[in-house]
Amino acid sequence: MQLALWTYEGPPHIGAMRVATAMEGVHYVLHAPQGDTYADLLFTMIERRAKRPPVTYTTFQARDLGGDTANLFREAVLDAYERFKPQAMLVGASCTAELIQDDPGGLAKTLGLPIPVVPLELPAYQRKENWGASETFYQLVRACAGPHVPKPGTVRPKNATPRCNILGPTALGFRHRDDVPEVERLLETLGIETHVIAPMGATPADLATLGDADFNVVLYPEVAGQAAAWLRRSFGQPCTTVVPIGVGATRDFVQEVAKLAGVPATTAEGTLRLPWYSRSVDSTYLTGKRVFIFGDATHAIAAARVAEKELGFTVVGLGSYSREFGREIRAAAALHGVEPLITDDYLEVEAQITALQPELVLGTQMERHVAKRLGVPCAVISAPVHVQDFPARNSPQMGLEGANVLFDTWVHPLMMGLEEHLLGMFREDFEFNDVQPSHLGHGAPSQSGKEAAPAAQPMPVPAAETPHSAAGAPLLAWGQDAEKELKKIPFFVRGKARRNTERFAQERGIGTITIETLYDAKAHFSR
Amino acid sequence: MSAAAALPQPGCADAPVLRERGQREVFCGLTGIVWLHRKIQDAFFLVVGSRTCAHLLQSAAGVMIFAEPRFATAIIDERDLAGLADCNAELDRVVTRLLERRPDIRMLFLVGSCPSEVIKLDLSRAAQRLSQRFLPQVRVLNYSGSGIETTFTQGEDACLASLVPEMPAEPGAARSLLVVGALAEVVEDQFLRIFAALGVGPVRFLPSRRATELPAVGHGTRYLLAQPFLNDTARALEARGATRIAAPFPLGVEGTTAWLSAAAEVWGASPARIAEATGAAAARAGAALARIRQRLEGRSIFFFPDSQLEIPLARFLSRELGMRLTEVGTPYLHRQHLAEELALLPAEATLSEGQHVDRQLDRCRALRPDLTVCGLGLANPLEAEGLTTKWSIELVFTPIQGYDQAADLAELFARPLLRHAKLAV
Repeated sequence: MQLALWTYEGPPHIGAMRVATAMEGVHYVLHAPQGDTYADLLFTMIERRAKRPPVTYTTFQARDLGGDTANLFREAVLDAYERFKPQAMLVGASCTAELIQDDPGGLAKTLGLPIPVVPLELPAYQRKENWGASETFYQLVRACAGPHVPKPGTVRPKNATPRCNILGPTALGFRHRDDVPEVERLLETLGIETHVIAPMGATPADLATLGDADFNVVLYPEVAGQAAAWLRRSFGQPCTTVVPIGVGATRDFVQEVAKLAGVPATTAEGTLRLPWYSRSVDSTYLTGKRVFIFGDATHAIAAARVAEKELGFTVVGLGSYSREFGREIRAAAALHGVEPLITDDYLEVEAQITALQPELVLGTQMERHVAKRLGVPCAVISAPVHVQDFPARNSPQMGLEGANVLFDTWVHPLMMGLEEHLLGMFREDFEFNDVQPSHLGHGAPSQSGKEAAPAAQPMPVPAAETPHSAAGAPLLAWGQDAEKELKKIPFFVRGKARRNTERFAQERGIGTITIETLYDAKAHFSR
Repeated sequence: MSAAAALPQPGCADAPVLRERGQREVFCGLTGIVWLHRKIQDAFFLVVGSRTCAHLLQSAAGVMIFAEPRFATAIIDERDLAGLADCNAELDRVVTRLLERRPDIRMLFLVGSCPSEVIKLDLSRAAQRLSQRFLPQVRVLNYSGSGIETTFTQGEDACLASLVPEMPAEPGAARSLLVVGALAEVVEDQFLRIFAALGVGPVRFLPSRRATELPAVGHGTRYLLAQPFLNDTARALEARGATRIAAPFPLGVEGTTAWLSAAAEVWGASPARIAEATGAAAARAGAALARIRQRLEGRSIFFFPDSQLEIPLARFLSRELGMRLTEVGTPYLHRQHLAEELALLPAEATLSEGQHVDRQLDRCRALRPDLTVCGLGLANPLEAEGLTTKWSIELVFTPIQGYDQAADLAELFARPLLRHAKLAV
């Protein structure tokens, strides 16, 4: 049993819904109790979809359990077929129906529907949303393209113009909507045709033709990795391994697809602004900003590379809730010289952020809340999604424009260069806002004027909560003048200064911290 | 009410009800936690369930706005199911960790879910065991919010029913009024003032704002339901000797006056005193409603089943705002508690109970009502088809009871129509 306040991923049937909802001509009959229909609102409210997800729920109740829930399921399948006339049907169970063991796959098979019926076995007590999406997509691809697999040893003729499929974008994905056209454009400039995009917008009939492409672009390995591996085995289609998030990765991606397509690797980088913006002198203040990164594996790993190499930050923490990609996360963490944090326990992530005191958090909506509480700037880089993650404007993460978007989204929450200095020098100016950079919002009104007295500010990390004092070490006292001096340090580094000073004092057995201790510690820790 | 005179003969008491079985597009009872955890300030709700339950709570009401909510899920995993881990030992471990983290908690609800019910995890025994361990610091109770047993607001019913045995006994037969059902604090305070003017008292509320201050109950207790979905709670209160005061629900001016009067009459208040105590607020509310009435009068409305508030709402909208009722769907029709409401409902309404969502959508599309009240899963798709909708969950999260909220309630229905008229994109 696991205590969960928030979860990064839903149950696996939500992953299946993300695939079904992204596609056309597919219907999913889900054996599930009343209440599981809440999942519809993820799509209609968070993503603002104009259509209900193509899902029929049996919504059985307690009184049905004594009777014939299996028949309820059979009727639901027949009704859904009659009403929606899908090209293919998915059938499966949610967590509760898994316990009553009605075997939706077997039941649906006996109905003899004239369309492919794909049974989904998604173990709800072991697996989660992304796994469910991956498994569903794989099963659908197999069911639809399987009949067209050539005999072993057949050499597939190359297309005159190189052609690829784009695999992985789903409903409710983090910026999938905007990534796809960006990547399509990139491929188009290379002279590569896009054959099928799936699951997003594809029909089962489209899936049947996946084998006609020369290779596959795997945009989201969490969803499409398994299907792409099967297509490689069955159709001899190679697939990409680089996800084009950031400048470096986009260039690597171009090299990779050019090679797979047998075309020269050329891109028109005219619209790419990240490299120059990052070299522009005003960006100097970004240097070495300590950044903590957490998200799904694909986005977190890509973010670490961009943060370190393209914005000049220092990665102080890297983690992911995608346990299936533990190996990749560990390799990336090693590259950045940090300990990987692979967990789906939000409290653990919170503890890590609190301990590391980063200057910027790149995370999910969950980390956004943690960062807000700690007073640390934050940008969202990954699902789980929120209504804000579906902006009205085009906002890709991938390709050239994606890199531009990353620059804006990550730099925007930070204190601007000159302001940071002025704040350091004239900390006591009553008009300085101690909570957030002046270019963001209108600040908290209570922070201006007389009420801006620093003593009234809640500390990002009160002394009583620092890891050291919490660990039961003898309690440290801050002298009044030292406490006052500490408050002159800008809030975004104050927590770190406090922590370092306390550690310094503790290691030396100093009981009361004075101004001298504060500056001794500063000198000791200065890089 | 003069408005009532112009209407067709009221009375749905014996009207036929369309009973349907099929896909029910409703929340389960766990959703009640979203408001109950704010209402009872020293209580914590621990759902014993699956990842789906945790995901529901997180998604249902966009509750991520609360930095640290007073609810969580103990997610059952494969080890628990395979018997590799003792579920009860695991639960004790999780509860201990939770209470260490939240020393401010005085009452912990173990909330049963579909999976915990299906595997027959006995949460009442677990609650007893944990209570023994953590009392007097924390009392542990249990109820079920599972979708196989409860629909949306029935979760509140189950929660309140679990509190009834914990209520202290009222010694003797001293008369008191108990108002039952979660209300906004501002609404409670308004009612307290009016009850004082009516000479009704002492007045207590269930749930109380703090779990440690539960109201007393006994043979002198007269209770008024503030919400129409409290079947089990009412039964439990009656088992403790309390007597229900039959009344319509306090929605709109008419409903509020009838509700307050029903209690006042038990306390022997004269009609003159009732008129004096309620007259000013009723007149103020009536004037505010009149302004909104022009925007709603003659417009048709269709209710998908959701919170069980549908029948009192339909009564208010038709009688006080002149809306035309088409289908009024409700997950359950509790005839006894709704008798006064049904008598007031115009006969034109088609009542439906239960749901077959696809067929109901067909009926709704055929009728093309001016306003459709539905859940979040249906609202945007219907808007995209050109229907104007009001999401029903807001009716549960907004203070809508009493005189001074009557216009706010009407405004909730008028706003989507106004918006439709206003937008030129």
